[in-house]
Amino acid sequence: MDQQPIISFKNVNKIYNNGTVGLKDINFDIPRGEFLVVVGLSGAGKSTLLRTINRMHEISSGEITIEDEPISSYKGQSLRLLRRKIGMIFQDFNLIKRSTVQRNVLSGRVSYYPTWKSVLNLFSAADKDRAIRALERVNLTEKLYTRADELSGGQQQRVAIARTLMQDPKVILADEPVASLDPLTTQTVMDILKRLNQEDGITVIVNLHSVALARQYADRIVGLRAGAVVYDKEIADVTEADLTKIYQTA
Amino acid sequence: MTTPEIPQRSWSQRWHVKGVGWTALLVALLVGSSKMTGVDVGMFFSNFDQFTNLLVRMSQPAWSYVPIIIQPLYETIQMAILGTTIGTVFAVPFAVLAASNLVHNQWLRGIIRLILDLVRTLPDLLLAAIFVAIFGIGSTAGVITLAIFSFGMISKLFYEVIETIDMGPLEAMESVGASKVTIIWYAVLPQIMNQFVSYFLYTLEINVRASTVLGYLGAGGIGVFLQRSLSEFDYNKTAVIILAMLVVVMVIDGVSNHLRRVLL
Repeated sequence: MDQQPIISFKNVNKIYNNGTVGLKDINFDIPRGEFLVVVGLSGAGKSTLLRTINRMHEISSGEITIEDEPISSYKGQSLRLLRRKIGMIFQDFNLIKRSTVQRNVLSGRVSYYPTWKSVLNLFSAADKDRAIRALERVNLTEKLYTRADELSGGQQQRVAIARTLMQDPKVILADEPVASLDPLTTQTVMDILKRLNQEDGITVIVNLHSVALARQYADRIVGLRAGAVVYDKEIADVTEADLTKIYQTA
Repeated sequence: MTTPEIPQRSWSQRWHVKGVGWTALLVALLVGSSKMTGVDVGMFFSNFDQFTNLLVRMSQPAWSYVPIIIQPLYETIQMAILGTTIGTVFAVPFAVLAASNLVHNQWLRGIIRLILDLVRTLPDLLLAAIFVAIFGIGSTAGVITLAIFSFGMISKLFYEVIETIDMGPLEAMESVGASKVTIIWYAVLPQIMNQFVSYFLYTLEINVRASTVLGYLGAGGIGVFLQRSLSEFDYNKTAVIILAMLVVVMVIDGVSNHLRRVLL
């Protein structure tokens, strides 16, 4: 088994321009193929932490390495190639609502094409087929030509996952993926993420504020409070008492 | 049972000091500016019979004039479509660069907006006069004037629309590793398309009217005929021209409403 961590945080700090501390001395490794759940109160820095991994947020000091390569020096094309191998799922799905499901899913593939081809919609037959297979994995092939805004929340999130699959990602970051969903669709979406983790070996990092969900799906739980890691245990060692502690305010 | 404690409104909140103050200031400014510029509102009413007189003289449209104005009206519409289209093509990139949610570089945005302000400052009649002097009498001057006028107006309307879009899809496209142009194409355009179309058609409508005025300066189209009928005091012909314009404006309005519904 590959012992090398896929993602590694070393002394990572993030201080916003207004002086607010976003992340405080973060140090931990994420092994390849792990299903990691990050828990913590709103404002604890979960979203910030997630977005530093694909450089949607910049860090102030320290270093993040992905597959042993420091990512802070990437820009332009190399940054886009980094983002290509890291899929991202959002709380509000962030689909292009007026476009069809097919176009939304194909938009996950644009980083494999030069700009002019993406703009002219010149996707190869193989990639159109790939889009159908991606939708198949989230059980939504019949919605291929439906407009995204005609779908329910759970369906939209599944389209978003299909879009991410088009990137052929090694890592999936999911920022509160079920916060806008009802309990039933929550299970569906989490099950899909778990399946991608187990069947495809994709490393999945999910922000959640539901402790119950975290315990149900995680291989490992990391707790954040005020931008610092206050908890980090394999699921087998996690106890209910530990988790209540993370959510205590003081 | 205890009564819940209701917070007290401050004195200025209770008497709506802000609302009353702004209204008073606005009225004072209106009265003041009409005094200072010497606008005599009374004259509007005392000379109203002149207006009705004009209406009476326009009340029997000279329908026989219709076949004569079809050709120049056609030319006017063509000028308006050409001018609006050319202006829009140039306005789109400028609107993108002027939108504060897409371009974070304040200097670039400032320079682009300065250019747009400058273009909007130039009155269309001045532009027409300049281009008639350069290109001679005819529709070339008219089209270029309308193009510049549309460019200024559309780029401002467009960047204001862009600034209201949902940024979520842009974040998603960025996380996918898309280039800037691809992000705009996939995540921005679909969100603004129907408003773009509606502003384009609104500008086209304004340009149909504007091109009649430009005709005065010899910039082609139906304006030449409008001016002729007015200078000959042939108000029944003027009435026909105005009615013909009304039809064109109504058609554009209908197309606009239809397209907006389809593109929603």
